[in-house]
Amino acid sequence: MKETPLSNCERRFLLRAIEERKRLDGRQTYDYRNIKISFGTDYGCCIVELGKTRVLGQVSCELVSPKLNRATEGILFFNLELSQMAAPAFEPGRQSDLLVKLNRLLERCLRNSKCIDTESLCVVAGEKVWQIRVDLHLLNHDGNIIDAASIAAIVALCHFRRPDVSVQGDEVTLYTPEERDPVPLSIHHMPICVSFAFFQQGTFLLVDPSEREERVMDGLLVIAVNKHREICTIQSSGFEMQ
Amino acid sequence: MAGLELLSDQGYRVDGRRAGELRKIQARMGVFSQADGSAYIEQGNTKALAVVYGPHEIRGSRSRALPDRALVNCQYSSATFSTGERKRRPHGDRKSCEMGLQLRQTFEAAILTQLHPRSQIDIYVQVLQADGGTYAACVNAATLAVLDAGIPMRDFVCACSAGFVDGTALADLSHVEEAAGGPQLALALLPASGQIALLEMDARLHEDHLERVLEAAARAARDVHTLLDRVVRQHVREASVLLGD
Repeated sequence: MKETPLSNCERRFLLRAIEERKRLDGRQTYDYRNIKISFGTDYGCCIVELGKTRVLGQVSCELVSPKLNRATEGILFFNLELSQMAAPAFEPGRQSDLLVKLNRLLERCLRNSKCIDTESLCVVAGEKVWQIRVDLHLLNHDGNIIDAASIAAIVALCHFRRPDVSVQGDEVTLYTPEERDPVPLSIHHMPICVSFAFFQQGTFLLVDPSEREERVMDGLLVIAVNKHREICTIQSSGFEMQ
Repeated sequence: MAGLELLSDQGYRVDGRRAGELRKIQARMGVFSQADGSAYIEQGNTKALAVVYGPHEIRGSRSRALPDRALVNCQYSSATFSTGERKRRPHGDRKSCEMGLQLRQTFEAAILTQLHPRSQIDIYVQVLQADGGTYAACVNAATLAVLDAGIPMRDFVCACSAGFVDGTALADLSHVEEAAGGPQLALALLPASGQIALLEMDARLHEDHLERVLEAAARAARDVHTLLDRVVRQHVREASVLLGD
């Protein structure tokens, strides 16, 4: 079903409140909502709650043949899905723009910044590499999907353990978890996305917009940073700034 | 290619340019007679074509019509022969969708959409040869095409890419420099007011260096602006000669 439009008085109220530096849930301008991370029973399964926005992440792996032009590197695949239970507006055919944007941002943030060592995922060069697949599902939409999704992805990747494998000549032996302990992935750094919402042509700025604030914002700036103060990705959308 | 230096000790890049130098830009407007506006741009070896139709009535569902603004619809397609290895899907894959969305965002900021409510402006961009800086070439080509179509814009939209190697910021990256894996920044600027329409960055860059890379990209975008301005004036001069003024 189509998204319920925001009424003009609600929009005016939100903008006036932001001008007076007040937010609906009582946060300050640079405050994040509470983040709660819980893990499932499997390795690589986690649920991240950013306020009321909830994302489920699950990592799985499989042995495949590598891409032709990158024969010694493993494959990293991200997939974010906006499930219908997250918001009434999310329907199977209607989400493409937002979905493409979020997926590409996640891919660029996690894959291009080389946070996972893909060379360590190689088993037999040119023949067998690990394909790591990260599936993220948005369970509840209360604003700021990208931050929650990036946290879920990196936490799930850190939590994941892949089966141990040994190569003797041409033979590749895959050990089950009972035979040998699974091995963690080698992660160089953890990029986390932070979203800034802009209002009134860039005069006012809020961190971690909630769903209402996202509806009235002029534009969004997403910066992914890691612990070493390196910027991994910047993406600005929908506004102009100096 | 191991041992390929992106920046030599004397300060020369792989193709002989200096750090802040742009590639040679050649552009033509009014390439197609059928379209309302069209342009062709060559930035070094990157070649892009842009075609604009509009403003016209909304095609498809009337419900998408915005009551106070025009709808900007952008589609990006890169030819199968544009890259070194033949691509199988020219459009419809995620990267093309994302490019289309980014182009739409860039031009919604620049085109005065309030002047054409309930109508649609189509911008189609085709990349014929991709040698780095495809987003920048697309934006520059689309700007010229929109100007050729006579659609009012706030300002030129000039875009350029920038990178960072060995402590120096490089402007206008070629494919070799992009593939090396260093940080890449794509910036779309409205030169007169200095406003940024789109800013996008990939790969790791320490936050201390961000200022320098941004400055290099902004400077390069302004250089692109002077060139595009010259192209537009030349085109108008030619057109007025034909009209007999």
